[in-house]
Amino acid sequence: MNVLACIKRVPNTGAKIVLTDDEQRIDTTNLGFTMSPHEECAIEEAVQQTEAHGGSAHVLTLGPEEATEQLRTGLAMQADEATLLEAGDEEWGPRATASAIANGVRELGDDGAEFDLLLFGNESADAANYQVGTRVAAELDLPCVTGIKSLDVEDGTAIARREVSGGEEVYEIALPAVITVKEGINEPRYASMRAKMQARRQDVDRREPTADTGAGTYEKVRLEAPETAESEAEILGDGTDAVANVVDVLESEVEVI
Amino acid sequence: MTLAFVEREGSDPTEETLEMLTLARELADGDGESLDVVAFAGGSRLSVDELGAYGVDEVYHVVHDRLDGYAPEAWGESVAQLASDVDPSAVVAPGTDRGHEVLAHVGATLDVPMAANCIGIDVVEDGAYELRRNRWGGSLIEHARLEAGTTLLTPAEHEFPIEKAESTTDPSESEFTPSLEDTQFRVQVERVERADEEGIPLGEARVVIGGGRGVGGPDAYDQLEELADLLGGTVGASRAAVNEGWRPHDDQIGQTGAKISPDIYIPCGISGAVQHMVGCKGAETILAINTDPEAAIIQKADYAVIGDLHEIVPELNDTIREA
Repeated sequence: MNVLACIKRVPNTGAKIVLTDDEQRIDTTNLGFTMSPHEECAIEEAVQQTEAHGGSAHVLTLGPEEATEQLRTGLAMQADEATLLEAGDEEWGPRATASAIANGVRELGDDGAEFDLLLFGNESADAANYQVGTRVAAELDLPCVTGIKSLDVEDGTAIARREVSGGEEVYEIALPAVITVKEGINEPRYASMRAKMQARRQDVDRREPTADTGAGTYEKVRLEAPETAESEAEILGDGTDAVANVVDVLESEVEVI
Repeated sequence: MTLAFVEREGSDPTEETLEMLTLARELADGDGESLDVVAFAGGSRLSVDELGAYGVDEVYHVVHDRLDGYAPEAWGESVAQLASDVDPSAVVAPGTDRGHEVLAHVGATLDVPMAANCIGIDVVEDGAYELRRNRWGGSLIEHARLEAGTTLLTPAEHEFPIEKAESTTDPSESEFTPSLEDTQFRVQVERVERADEEGIPLGEARVVIGGGRGVGGPDAYDQLEELADLLGGTVGASRAAVNEGWRPHDDQIGQTGAKISPDIYIPCGISGAVQHMVGCKGAETILAINTDPEAAIIQKADYAVIGDLHEIVPELNDTIREA
């Protein structure tokens, strides 16, 4: 079984986010980069599924040349292959991203890499558009289910579970399929130093992305870092001296006692 | 017309749906157009009684012999077909897993853009919208311009209040039967497995006690559990505590965990990283307990106690028990 995990390079933001002067992006001068937590789990899932069922785990991203850093993280986590759809520094919107990934998957298929399972994060940590996986599935005419926190594959069928209020919805989907996952589906491994060194020497397959545009336009105008309001917290006291005041708040303000 | 996708629990709209209707009504009123809703029948159907209070003009019940349970693609296709029939200027869905999933299918079917996590929308001219949406869980705001024949939008969770309309309407009802193919049922809920959960799910709890790295280890959560029991609440955790292995991921509050909206949230030993605050900004009141008066959580709380949770929480438990 061959599994593809699609990821996105995002800045590792700290407590306060600073924007560039043109308000088009985050000022990353002093920031490192990472991938969204859901996507780290997508890679781990791809590796675990291929460890269990055989086949190859492939990690793919659409992004700048520097995104090879995140692909190599995937390789260090024991993914077998990596593909960069080299998109430059401009941010691609969700429709263009989905179109480029779908075209990339078709190209990889033409080159002999067919996938039984395409994994995505449920939403990216930065843009959170909640749609790339679904649009890729539609482009490739594959079944798709989102927000999955448990996945088993048996005889070409994915048994996927999604948390809902009071329990879990269970889906049974014939492969090939697209599944978007959430953090908690597994515990991503820490790559060993040795694995990281090896990943540095591995080849990354580089391709030129192509995207079709649909009807309508969505244009990012600018970003805004909202001012954080001054603290208005009422200090109820220090240490156990505050307990009486806390009880008072719970009793009279919130009425939970 | 604005068309809103309604999620229901039994015959009532969910809370997230009512939040979404606040946004949908703003759009409809801005356009001077009607607010129509679409809901899926099956087992039971949406009751229209309550919807008049929210300014709904027309209710479409989707009726189809194969649409008993949830099937993402079939639902998306059904909403897309209804939208093609009634030609709304916008289709709005709740900012939930299901709302995002259905609307993403609608977007893929109609091949139009979709904007998730919206916090404010202005109609600037015919068919064009200027919107603001959350990025990074709300620590950044994106201003964007969206122009499409049909505009697809979801509100950010807990960003819009549940508000009744100024004047009550008397919604009319009709049925809509989509034409669906077998392949659109290749993904559907086969069964729902009830969790034998002890206690109250985080998302529904009226009182949540949070524990972070400051709790120091798995055992000290007993004190937090006891406080939660005394207040009829439930215990959650920060990502740091989950990563330490002290609590299961199901307990995680934050951007990649549960989003809570209790009457009161009591974070203990939680520093208040941006990603955590995303999960708890729906809380009515935040009462933070932390040793560090400079911690971000103190800045964002309504009430704060400066001190060690290991001393304060047991004392608090004793006092409440004796009261």
